[in-house]
Formats: sequence, structure tokens, C-alpha cells
Amino acid sequence: MKFGVLQFPGSNCDQDTAHVLSAVARQPVVMLWHASPSLEGVDAVLIPGGFAYGDYLRTGAIARFSPVMASVCRFAAEGGPVLGICNGFQILCESGLLPGALLRNAGLRYVCRQVHLRVETADSLFTHLLAEGQVLRLPVGHMEGNYFCDEATLTMLERDRRVVFRYCSPAGEVTTASNPNGSLANVAGVLNAGRNVLGMMPHPDRSSEELLGSADGFGIFQSLVQALSAVGRT
Amino acid sequence: MAQPSRPEAPQPTTITPALLKQHSITPDEYAGIEAALGRVPSLTELGIYSVMWSEHCSYKSSRVHLRRLPTKSERVVQGPGENAGIIDVGDGWACAFKIESHNHPSYIEPFQGAATGVGGILRDIFTMNARPLAVMDSLRFGPLSMDANTGPGVSDAVLRRNHAVLEGVVSGISHYGNCFGVPNLGGETRFEPCYSGNPLVNAFALGLVRRDEIFYAKATGVGNPVIYVGAKTGRDGIHGATMASEEFTEGAEQKRPNVQVGDPFLEKLLLEGCLEAMATGAVLGIQDMGAAGLTCSTCEMGARGGVGIEIELDRIPQRATGMNSYEIMLSESQERMLLVAERGREQEVLEVFAKWGLDAVVAGSVLEEPRMRVRHGGVLVADIPNQSLTDDAPLYHRPVGEWKAPVPLDPPAWVREELAKPRDYTEDLKQLLASANICSKRWVYEQYDSMVQTNTVQGPGGEAGVMRIKGTGTPGHERGLAMALAGNSRWCFVDPRLCAMHAVAEAARKVACTGATPVAATNCLNFGNPEKPEILRQLSDAIDGIAEACTVLGTPITGGNVSLYNETRGEGIYPTPVLGIVGVLEDASKAVPSHFQRRGDTILLLRLIGGSTAEELLRELGSSSYAQLAFGTLWGVPPRLDIHEEKQLIECLARLAGAKLLTSVIDVGSGGLAVALARAAFGRGIGAAVTLEAPAPHVPWPDVCRVFAEDATQIVATCAPDHAAAAMDIAAGYGLIQAVQLGTTGGEVLSVSIGDRLVISARLEELDRIWSGSLEDMLAASPVVAEVMA
Amino acid sequence: MKAHVYVVSKQSVLDPQGQAIGNALRKLGHAEVAEVRQGKYFILTLSDALSTSAAHAEVERIASGVLTNPVIEEFSFRLEEPSR
Repeated sequence: MKFGVLQFPGSNCDQDTAHVLSAVARQPVVMLWHASPSLEGVDAVLIPGGFAYGDYLRTGAIARFSPVMASVCRFAAEGGPVLGICNGFQILCESGLLPGALLRNAGLRYVCRQVHLRVETADSLFTHLLAEGQVLRLPVGHMEGNYFCDEATLTMLERDRRVVFRYCSPAGEVTTASNPNGSLANVAGVLNAGRNVLGMMPHPDRSSEELLGSADGFGIFQSLVQALSAVGRT
Repeated sequence: MAQPSRPEAPQPTTITPALLKQHSITPDEYAGIEAALGRVPSLTELGIYSVMWSEHCSYKSSRVHLRRLPTKSERVVQGPGENAGIIDVGDGWACAFKIESHNHPSYIEPFQGAATGVGGILRDIFTMNARPLAVMDSLRFGPLSMDANTGPGVSDAVLRRNHAVLEGVVSGISHYGNCFGVPNLGGETRFEPCYSGNPLVNAFALGLVRRDEIFYAKATGVGNPVIYVGAKTGRDGIHGATMASEEFTEGAEQKRPNVQVGDPFLEKLLLEGCLEAMATGAVLGIQDMGAAGLTCSTCEMGARGGVGIEIELDRIPQRATGMNSYEIMLSESQERMLLVAERGREQEVLEVFAKWGLDAVVAGSVLEEPRMRVRHGGVLVADIPNQSLTDDAPLYHRPVGEWKAPVPLDPPAWVREELAKPRDYTEDLKQLLASANICSKRWVYEQYDSMVQTNTVQGPGGEAGVMRIKGTGTPGHERGLAMALAGNSRWCFVDPRLCAMHAVAEAARKVACTGATPVAATNCLNFGNPEKPEILRQLSDAIDGIAEACTVLGTPITGGNVSLYNETRGEGIYPTPVLGIVGVLEDASKAVPSHFQRRGDTILLLRLIGGSTAEELLRELGSSSYAQLAFGTLWGVPPRLDIHEEKQLIECLARLAGAKLLTSVIDVGSGGLAVALARAAFGRGIGAAVTLEAPAPHVPWPDVCRVFAEDATQIVATCAPDHAAAAMDIAAGYGLIQAVQLGTTGGEVLSVSIGDRLVISARLEELDRIWSGSLEDMLAASPVVAEVMA
Repeated sequence: MKAHVYVVSKQSVLDPQGQAIGNALRKLGHAEVAEVRQGKYFILTLSDALSTSAAHAEVERIASGVLTNPVIEEFSFRLEEPSR
């Protein structure tokens, strides 16, 4: 089993994501450079946070045209697991792998703080070890994390239970006050129709070790590792 | 082109008094230039001298005083004089760190000024092969709202301008650091009327490098290639005063704004490119181009290596067309580096930069002669001995005036009367919590990414930032570094020497609150015009205070920056020395948090045995936040400080943390004990009930000093009830320190009693709302459009 | 030839920046401002060899494919003929 972490010029959570996988989850990791179309035979792709190409045009707007993303799109279409975190989520939306878009935060400013997330579905490669309704404490750090899609899309996402995480209070109530960026319906993470591509704004990479204040995000990596090793055995 | 028949020399310019004045070169200094060159300089050379001999680059007014600072210890690998200081932090790791000002640019254009300040300090760190691990900032602004402290003559327009400067500075710092990918651990933000026309932006950065992989800004090896990498050179930052000389009359084209614009994305690529290039082994020396750009890096790298550098300006990547040699040499375009590579391996280096999409060219080579030689289109435009630009730069022993206390020692009679009346201290506490200097700075630091790189053990909002060093110790128990900034300029106005010692003590205490041992320091000295004897006196006294405190605490100064001429229309700022202290924590998991962690913990006050007399207490109250807020007037002296006593407290805290006895520690600072208790309580919404012993009957103004005085060498700690005895025992082992049990954490109320009198009682939720929302309320009251356009 | 491309968020998408600027303008006494929408403006300098119709098509492709995200933004543009 092998994990691939994409590296764009301007990625700055690439090493953080690789660190969790290699040092905490003890899994082999390769870094995948944006300019090469090869995925080096990885079993899962992680698109880390950062500012790919500076994000001067729109977050994720240029990254989607990179050679590696063409391969990621094919990989995802064949059912390969793809996890996009923060800027990675923005890139997935721009690439069309996930519906919707991420607007500038309603508060207009970059926001970095711990938030609470309610797990809305355990039916995915990324959340099967978590319980529905479970509340996780994870940090966010973004300027454009305000999830938006049209009404029909939202209805479809809700119907198919593709909203994976919602911002909530520590007690698990989905409230306006607990929404850090103005996201539609408090959406913090969504799945594609095949449930093999997940994009999320909060950072599980920053909450996988107790020393850093929370290890609640590690369950997402653990779920993915376990799902892949189960596949490996069959 | 005709070859010169005589030995080649740059074409002399016509020297006029006006030209020298535009370059801020005195007639004496000009005589020095002619003597060094043995001829009349070219205009480019004059420009080069003017920047290298400027106060900013040469420290000509402060150097004689800075020599008094302690700079050595067993841990110091590199002291002042390089891009940053470096200390050994154990396990084969060293850390490079420094604080630097970007005050003037941040007033002219707050967003870009602050952003490029962050960019500059980051390059100082990674040019030494240290990957930036954390940044912090010390910020000073004019007031945002009218209060007793604002003083007369502060108009709405001034408040609005202050607001716009704050917005711009914070979003500039946020934009640059977040995009670059370095966590910002906060720092400090203070407001005083003296900063309305002269805000301070002091940026601190710290990076990690393997002890045996440090790079220096030194050129070596005659014939080795000199490589330019990074952003193209434009006309940014060329000093406005020098723009008007006679050779710049080709048209309006020349009159470009001289604001430098930063590109954090490019800086991130430059970081990765430079670290990767250094890892090839083909790079011998490297320096960033900051102030004085190409000029400074060329002559300083040569001077450090005892060699020279020749460059050809035609090869320098240029953003604007038709730039002349003067402009190219003086440009302060950001995100550029100069490096010396091993001859024959330049291609390896260039390939690394190409991978990261960076412009890189071989721009020249190392000379045997220790000179800086610049050609433009083959024509020699500057040929200067390095020594004359660096070590032989002017050095002034400017007159140091007599110190005269600017405020009366004792409070005015009306203040005494007010103090004698009964007061509602709960109301006073609320006002303090809402005041700009004490209220929560969450609005500021939540705009900073404080967690990228996944090393942040304690981020903003606590006493100090704590980072772990990946790969050391065992997983979850890595080695840690703690860092804090401090500087109370109101105290400094009253007594620069004592205040500077307080700045060292406070920063060190904040680091010690986490359980770390303070090991080294950096300073940023923000002062007014050094040509005024009374200002130089402030600087000289502050340096003496820092020297004494740093010597006793064993925290040598490894680098920093002096920012002078912080004046607007002759009105100087408060003298503002800002200290940054770095501490080492053997096991980051033992880092003690700043806020109450559990209900039912015992609250301890660690302070000095003995104390001041009633008259001393009253004098010490005169520059406190309480006096400022309640009376709007200044008197007296800063709180007394014995740095040896402070050292005992710091050692005691490290010992208590090492024994894992404490659950939280917070410094008693601005607003005194009451504010410290409130801040500790807000973190997790855990209240506290505290009782202070009843005062001796003869003390006339006891209560106010007990709850709001800002005595140094004092912290509030918590521990499990069954650890209290052990903790107090350890404290008792430090002869000068005592630990007093104050009460217990818990409940939803913060209450303080003195003896059997309840003097403060309020619901924590209400206090928290006041404290958390105050800054945003002030900002909402003076809207600016700029805030949302960034 | 120059192409001037204007990108703004769709009317159906909330524009918090525009709203905040509008609010600030009204607070500053510009009561007549009913609404503000903030957008982006690009100036593309194209090869002069390009015909107007070819330029039109090219700019259309760039604006729709790269400069805007059709989920949230819309664009308009105008071409500026080189002055001869």
C-alpha cells in the first residue's frame, strides 16, 4: 500500500500531510510533483493545503490544469481514493471532481481556529471508523472556505448523504454561530457520487497528534488506511 | 565603444551640496568617500555610499552603544553581524532567529509595508539554511477609540487612519505568512497616542537548521560564480530623496512610487529552491537582498570573505525597462538572493532553481581584490573597496544628554483623593478588560495561520508560543522551543533603563511560564532622532538595561535591529525596546498551558518575599494600565525589578514544570492580578474564587494595588490540590520566592476577596464577552473601506 | 490588441466583499449607494497578428475556461484595437 501526496508550487501542507501518514500512521508515502503525470502506482492520492501557484486568480484555478491533476481525475474516475484538504478541496471543486465552489469567507478575513465538526455519514472510505453524529474538534485555516452550490446540487448532496461533515457547536448542534466561514448548510466536507473523493476545509493533518491539541482528525486517516488494507487482503 | 586609455575608473559625477543633501551625506562624510576612493565618485557610487552609510545599514549612531550588549554563551553559534543569530538547541539542531522593524514602510503603505517586513525577516532566516519554524510580531498603533488615555487633539480622522493602518498591517502580515506557510504565534499589539503618526511593526522569525549545515553570507574562492536568483529587479524602494538628482530628469517615468511589493508565493519558491540548492553542496555562501538590495549583498559578502565581487548589471533580470546602474544597485525589490557557487557546478544550482520556476543567472564572479566592482553594459560604474562600505563606515559618538524624568514622582492631589474614595473594582476590571491594551487580540491572531507545519504546541493567545522539533526525542515527546516578545513603552517613557530590564524579564518570564528555560535573546530598538541628546540618552540607557538583564538571565543578544528617527513632525514615539526571548524545553509534552485546565485545582501566586512600602506602591501604580484608564495621567516609576530575583522565579518555574506539578501558569502583567486571573479563566471558561490576605492596617491604598498593580516577578499557577504542598515546597527552596495559596478554580464566577471583603465578583461569561468583543467593537465604530478591499 | 475582461460574481451568489464595501460607504455618508459588487479586471495584451474575430473567440475561451469559475462567476469583455 502506498500513499501519494501532491506537491504544487505553493503547497505548504504537503509535508504535514506526509508526516501524518508516515510518522503517525506508519505508511509508505511518495511525493508527487505537479509537473509529472505519473502517480507512481499509489493506492490513494492526497491533495494538501496551501496556495497552489499562489492562488492569485482563484484558489485552485491554475492547479487544475497541471499534468498531475489530469492523472488524478482518471484515478478518481476508476474509483481511486482522493482526499483533498483545504486548498486540496478547492482544487477538487475547480477540477469538477466535486460539485460546488468555495467563496471568500463571509467574515472576509482569513480564519484560523479550532472548530467542531459533526460526522454526517460513516458510509465512506474516509469515515467508516467514525460514528455518525460524532463531534470532532479540528482546526480550520483559510480565506476561501465558504462552500457554495446551487439549490439543486445541495438537494442532491443531502439526498445522497454526500455531506460528510458539518460545522457544529461542541454539543453537536448545527448553528450559525459555529459556522466559521458562512458555508451553505454549514457544509465542511463533501463526497463525490462514487464516495471515493472527499474534499474538506478543516485540517485532519493538523489534528492527528495529542501534542498539537487534538488527535480527532486521525480517525479520517485511519479509516482510509484500514479501507485500503482491507482491499489489499482480498 | 572606445576603450579608456588610462586605468579604468567610473565616470565622476558633479558633486553639489544639493546632491549630497539629497543623499543624506554630510560634507565630512563626503570627504571620507573621496579619501576612500582617491577620486570623485560616480553617481552610482555616491548612491551606494549613501545607502551603506545610512543609519539603517551602518548603525552609525548606535554601534558604539550596542557594543555593551552581551553576545556570547555556550549555546551561541553565531552572534550579531550575520543575517540572523544562531544558537545550539540540542540534538544536533540549531535555531536561527531575529527581530526586525519595518516601521516606516508600514505607515506609508500598511499592507505591503508589513508584508515585506515579514518577507525580509524570513529571508534572513532561510539564507542561513534554516527552515522558518515560526514568526511573531510586536505591533504598536495609535488609539482606535477615544478614552481617558487618548488625550486631546485626536480627531475622528486620526482614529480612522489608525484603524486603517491596523487593518492593513494585520492583513499584510497574515497574507505573507499564511501564503508562505509559516505559523504565526501571535506576539503583542499595543496602542498609545504616540504611535498615531508612527506605528511600529517589528517582525520576529525563527528557523531550524542542523548544527553542521549552517550557511553564511560569505564569498569565497577567487573566480567562483556569483548567482542572482529570485524576483526580477524593478524600481521598488529606491529612496525617494535620491530620485530627484539631475540624472533622473528623463521624464515622469522615473517618478514611480517607491513602495516595495511583496510576493509570498515567490518567496515560498525561493525558500524551497535555496534550501534544495544548498543541499547540493555546490553553494558556498548566500545572502538575501533586503535593505540596499544588490549593493549590500555584494559588498558585505565580499567583506566577510576578505575577497571582492564583480557583477555585470546587464545580466540582472529586470522588470522595468531602461533602468540605469544607480537604480539597479539601489533597488529594494523583494524576494531576491545572491549566492556564490563552486566553479564548475553552477549548472547544478541553476537547474534546482529552474525546477522551482525561479529566474537565476550567473551575474558575476569572486575577485581576489577586496573590492566591489560593478559594470553596466561592460562599462565600469562602481569600483569601491568593500572595507570603506562596511567596517569603515562612519561611527558617531553623538552627545548623550542628561536623563530627566518626564513625569512627576508622586500623583497629583486629585488622584490621591480619588484613590481614597471607595470604588467598584468589578466595574474597573470590566473597563480594563475592554481596554485596547488588555482586551483579547483574537481578531488579530485568528487571521494568522498558527498551525501550518504541524509543530504548534501552544499558539497565540497564551503567554508564549511553543513549537516542537520534529524528529527529536520520542514521538509525542519531542524537544520544544518557546518564544515570547515583550516591551512596555509607557514604562520606557518613564524610565528607559528599568523598562528595558522589564522587557527582558517579562519576555523571559513568559517563556518560563511554559516550563522552558530562556537561553537567548534578540532585540528591536525603536527610538526617535539620535541627534537629539535626550533621545540618545533613552537609547543608551535602554541598552544598559538590556545588557544587565540579559547578562544575569544568561540570555545573550544574538542579533536584532535598531530603528531610529521614529518621529513625525518632531514628535517622537515613546522609546520602545522590544525583546524576543527563546527558550528550550526538553520535552514539549511538558509545556505548561496558560489557562486554567480543570475545575477544583488549587490556585497559587508565586511572588517575591517582602514588598514595597505604601508610597512606593503608589508611585509604581502611576504607569500602570489602571492609572492610565482610571485617571488618564502618568506619574511615578515603573514597578521595581531585581533581575536576580527574576532569575530565581524563572528557575523555579522550570523546576515545577519539569516535575509536572503545574496545570497552568500565567504571568501577572498589564492590569495586575485581577486581569491575570480573568485571562487564565477565559481559556476554558473555568471560573475562580480567590481570597487575598487582609492588608496591614497602616497601608493607605492597599486594595487597588493588590488587585491592579503590575508588580514584576509574579505569576499565577494552578495545580492539583494534592500537588500544592509539593509545589510550595519547591518554591520555598528558592530563597527569594514565596508561593501563596489563593483559592480554587471552578464555577461560573470570578470572585476576588481581600480578607473577608468581596471586592470583585462577576459572571465569567459577562467578563469574557467584554474582553473578547472589545477590539471588534472599536473597529466597528470607525469603519474604513480599505479593510474589505484587500 | 488588448482585451479587457471583467469578472464578477453571479447575481445569485452572495458577494460579502461588495456588501461590506457598500455598508462602509453608507456609514461614511454615501447614502446614495444602493449596492456594490466587487469583481476582477484583467487586461490581456494579444498578438497584433490576431484578427478581431479570432481574438474574440480566444478571449471567450480564456475567460470562460480559466479566468472564471462558472459555478460562481460570470464575465464580460471588450476588445481594444491597436491604435495605428
